[in-house]
Amino acid sequence: MFKFILKRVIEAIPTMLILITVSFFLMRFAPGSPFSSERTLPPQIMENINAKYGLDKPVMEQYTTYLTNVVQGDLGPSFKYKDFTVNELVTAALPVSAKIGSFAFIFALFFGVAIGTIAALRQNTWIDYCVMSTAMLGIVMPSFVLAPVLIYIFSINLGFFPAGGWLDGSLQYMVLPVLGMAMMYVATFARITRGSMIETLNSPFIRTARAKGLSFSYIVLKHALKPAMLPVVSYMGPAFVGIITGSVVIETIFGLPGIGKLFVNAAFNRDYSLVMGITIIIGFLFILFNAIVDILLAYVDPKIRY
Amino acid sequence: MYKNKITQALLLATGISFAATSFTTLAANVPDGVKLAAKQELVRGNGTEVASLDPQKTQGVPESHVIRDLLEGLVNQDAEGNIIPGVAKSWETADNKTFTFHLRKNAKWSNGDSVTAHDFVYSFQRAVDPATASPYAWYLDMTTMTNASDIIAGKKDKSALGVKAVDDYTFEVHLESAVPYFVMMMGHTTVKPVHRATVEKFGDEWTKPENFVGNGAFLVSNWVVNERIEMTPNEYYWDNAKTVLTKVTYLPIENQVSEMNRFFSGELDFTYEISNEHFKNLQKEHPESLAIKGSLCTYYYNFNTHKPPFDDLRVRKAVSYAINRNVVANILLGQGQKPAYFLTPEIISDFSPELPAYGKMTQKERDTKAQALLAAAGYNQSNPLKFSLLYNTSENHKKLAVAIGSMWKKTLGAEVTLENQEWKTYLQSKKQGDFEAARAGWCGDYNEPSTFTSLMEGSNTTGGIHYKSAEYDDLIKRGIETTSASERKELYYAQEALLAKDMPLAPIYQYVQTRLVNPHVGGYAGNNAEDKLYSKDMYIIAE
Amino acid sequence: MLTKKQNLDALDNFSDNLEIEGRSLWKDARIRFMRNKAAMVSLVILLAIIVAVIVVPMFAEFAYDDTDWYALHQAPSAAHLFGTDSLGRDLFVRTLIGGRISLMVGVLGAFVAVVIGTVYGATSGFIGGKVDRAMMRLLEILYSIPFMFLVIVLVTFFGRNIVLIFVAIGAIAWLDMARIVRGQTLSLRGKEFIEAAHVCGVSKWNIIRRHIIPNVLGIVAVYSTLLVPSMILTESFLSFLGLGVQEPMTSWGALLQQGAQTMEIAIWQIAFPAAFMVVTLFCFNYIGDGLRDALDPKDR
Repeated sequence: MFKFILKRVIEAIPTMLILITVSFFLMRFAPGSPFSSERTLPPQIMENINAKYGLDKPVMEQYTTYLTNVVQGDLGPSFKYKDFTVNELVTAALPVSAKIGSFAFIFALFFGVAIGTIAALRQNTWIDYCVMSTAMLGIVMPSFVLAPVLIYIFSINLGFFPAGGWLDGSLQYMVLPVLGMAMMYVATFARITRGSMIETLNSPFIRTARAKGLSFSYIVLKHALKPAMLPVVSYMGPAFVGIITGSVVIETIFGLPGIGKLFVNAAFNRDYSLVMGITIIIGFLFILFNAIVDILLAYVDPKIRY
Repeated sequence: MYKNKITQALLLATGISFAATSFTTLAANVPDGVKLAAKQELVRGNGTEVASLDPQKTQGVPESHVIRDLLEGLVNQDAEGNIIPGVAKSWETADNKTFTFHLRKNAKWSNGDSVTAHDFVYSFQRAVDPATASPYAWYLDMTTMTNASDIIAGKKDKSALGVKAVDDYTFEVHLESAVPYFVMMMGHTTVKPVHRATVEKFGDEWTKPENFVGNGAFLVSNWVVNERIEMTPNEYYWDNAKTVLTKVTYLPIENQVSEMNRFFSGELDFTYEISNEHFKNLQKEHPESLAIKGSLCTYYYNFNTHKPPFDDLRVRKAVSYAINRNVVANILLGQGQKPAYFLTPEIISDFSPELPAYGKMTQKERDTKAQALLAAAGYNQSNPLKFSLLYNTSENHKKLAVAIGSMWKKTLGAEVTLENQEWKTYLQSKKQGDFEAARAGWCGDYNEPSTFTSLMEGSNTTGGIHYKSAEYDDLIKRGIETTSASERKELYYAQEALLAKDMPLAPIYQYVQTRLVNPHVGGYAGNNAEDKLYSKDMYIIAE
Repeated sequence: MLTKKQNLDALDNFSDNLEIEGRSLWKDARIRFMRNKAAMVSLVILLAIIVAVIVVPMFAEFAYDDTDWYALHQAPSAAHLFGTDSLGRDLFVRTLIGGRISLMVGVLGAFVAVVIGTVYGATSGFIGGKVDRAMMRLLEILYSIPFMFLVIVLVTFFGRNIVLIFVAIGAIAWLDMARIVRGQTLSLRGKEFIEAAHVCGVSKWNIIRRHIIPNVLGIVAVYSTLLVPSMILTESFLSFLGLGVQEPMTSWGALLQQGAQTMEIAIWQIAFPAAFMVVTLFCFNYIGDGLRDALDPKDR
């Protein structure tokens, strides 16, 4: 175990370095500068601004400077939000997305797996079709449709929840965004679970268990569920990072100060340092959660060795 | 028109040495008989998140709205858009080159310090200082303030700027040429004062709520990026007694439908804008909440006159004539937008030139003329005109591009490719001249035609660079140099006439500003064309 | 005299021939798929939709870009079956014509994702060790690179091009697939029949091709039907960045995006494209399930 973690940590360093390098240069290839605006600035003013943010130096020098700062934990000043550093913006935004994302993820995982299992046990009956069709609606209905519908019903007509805002994450502000975000993942988890559960239930060891006369629900919970979770676990790593790093659509519609919106706005504004900062965070989370998933995979299927 | 006359009078008055003496004091002037609500809290939609609260670092409209409540400049505007005293209680000039502002002695910073002429000297110098790297430094250059352009270019020290504190309460500005509308320009965000000691102590951090020191009616108390900015009244503000609101909240909501939803669920008192598609429905169902006013903005299409097919004047004219501006303004938009035949919107003060010839024709005549021009330029059915129209991604721009593209197709048989790009890519393409026709729009920085006409000057990289007309540049130059207001006006008219003749751009419509305003909000400045809304003038009426 | 290697090859060929003569995995799957009613009905509906989006717009009364200033936001009527949009364009024709690009992007995008993702994931999982770790680290990098910039740079350098849409979509869509397939492969690798194949001296590539991939196809079929809707929606995001379809041409993703803005006042603008999309996706869903059942090698 210790060796596994150590290996991962050592591997993470070149991975991050490549990620930073590729993203840094990719961004500089994109047209437009952080300071271009509708009324193009006079050249002298542009020079002054570039000098202030170090953009007048050769790109290679900017790159090495950036790398040196990142190693020291300094992600630099934001080019767009001039009153904040990238560190401040990310520390403020990540918890918001992570909080909503974690709730949505738990919700989606629980209901997705439950629905998928039920559907698999009643394969090709009306229960299966009903449950799965309902879950499918979550996939078919994109969040930019679902979220306004939720707002229309629960905020404007019923007045149960506010139509947006965050207010330090009080509960009533979280319900709709969590729902809006979870629906798509519920369906995904349900589909994957159902498929894999059906396959598992057809395996010899389940047949053996049934032949032994064990109760069916005992078999499902004790024997089938764990191996059937294999593809769900594989999917979980990227899904979890995707979900806690926020959804632009949900955050925009509900006016949440999360990292998903921050990231997309940063990209549109060519806020180089902010984009880089968030890219680094996302990359780090991917590496972390993929490692966790690999540990989980070995737990789910003890035969897996690395 | 009425409004125009007042501002015209003001302008003339400033031209012939004028001292403002008795203005009616304007703050939240609650009319008699209006019962105020117990809870005086206002929530305003503000479009996007502000880039900064530092007046010398910003350039956008949302920033201006917030900063207007936090910092007070030399002059303010009243509900009609007229210039009224701010920190300066009066001002005078003899030649429109040297302006003397007399500051009020009771103006205070939120830490109790007095607001003095030295603060303005510091702030103006800060705006042009290359170290500040203000994106709007050109604004001071535009006033022809002495040495401004040399300081921006790094050729002179910032202390050389033509500003002087004669004493603590007398602030003097020197310009290189006579600018009669100079006082009006002093209402802009870039020329708001900042508190020197605070800025020097905290550097870039000075705008954080815990560090902030301002001289406006409100103080920022809480700021969550991308969610909200909250303000409470500044008890040191000289006119604080008149402030009625106890809290103002700005919400950056980019999506118009979300904003509307939050308005109707009661979380918002007025919106930043409204969705075009919902307008007609709102007009029917919530007429009491709709607020529409003219706006100092023009929507137009730019032609690249250096590249075929638009290097041919006939093609430019044909394409411009074939746009059915009445359909665009009245049917597709229909909120009170007006067809545009000038770059400068007609709402701007003291601007009412004669319509160019094509503006007076009917659309049918224009279409016939356009077809003839295009045929003369050598395009016909077997050789149709082909070009691409560039616009930045947005529902509204897309809608108009599709509509106008179909007009061109029907009237001229032109094959138009629509090309959308996200904002920064679009700016880059435009700057590099990598387009044939492109959407553009501009909103005035101050209420005077030069804020528009200067766009087409040959050195202006936004528009003029794709036009480059020596004749036009000469007219601009003479407009800046002249000392006579009436001659300047004629020069503006001549500039517009030349634009109609050369057609480097096709004006399309003049904007209106449309909002949802909860009827319980009092003091909303519904006629201020520059949309300068001061929260201190507003109050909440009891239901 | 035959060398050992030739011997093995012959054996391999022989077994190949044997399978073709007998009931091959694929033939067997086809028979079982045909027996699945839900899947077959879905297939018929899907084919009907495909034919409709190709043929009907050619004979429709309106063209997809015909504007009508006097018929903005019209509710469905005899003249306009699905109503009109904000520029008075006929939504019936636009919905059908939008299906062309969306179906193409959905199916081809998912196909690209399935092929690359399956091969990549199976290879990584099966070979394991350093190769697996390197391949997974590469995946992590690809996950984290700001996709928007990739698209913007692609557009800048190569201009607007339909092929680019697939490159851009394919570039991200296969990542999840690869992770899932790898997870399954890791578990399969320890199974007895794989070890048996190993002992018989079957080459690694052949084990992946003939044993691993058929065994993961079930989950692949399920997950790929989930990919189709996300492909269709990704396409509309690409339009936002200037890639993807451009007005006046349209796609289901674009129609949904626009319709969502006017839901409260013109429900038909979202209802019809959404209905088409829902039906299509349910079809894909049942076809996916049918494939999964048909391809399951354990379930003969």
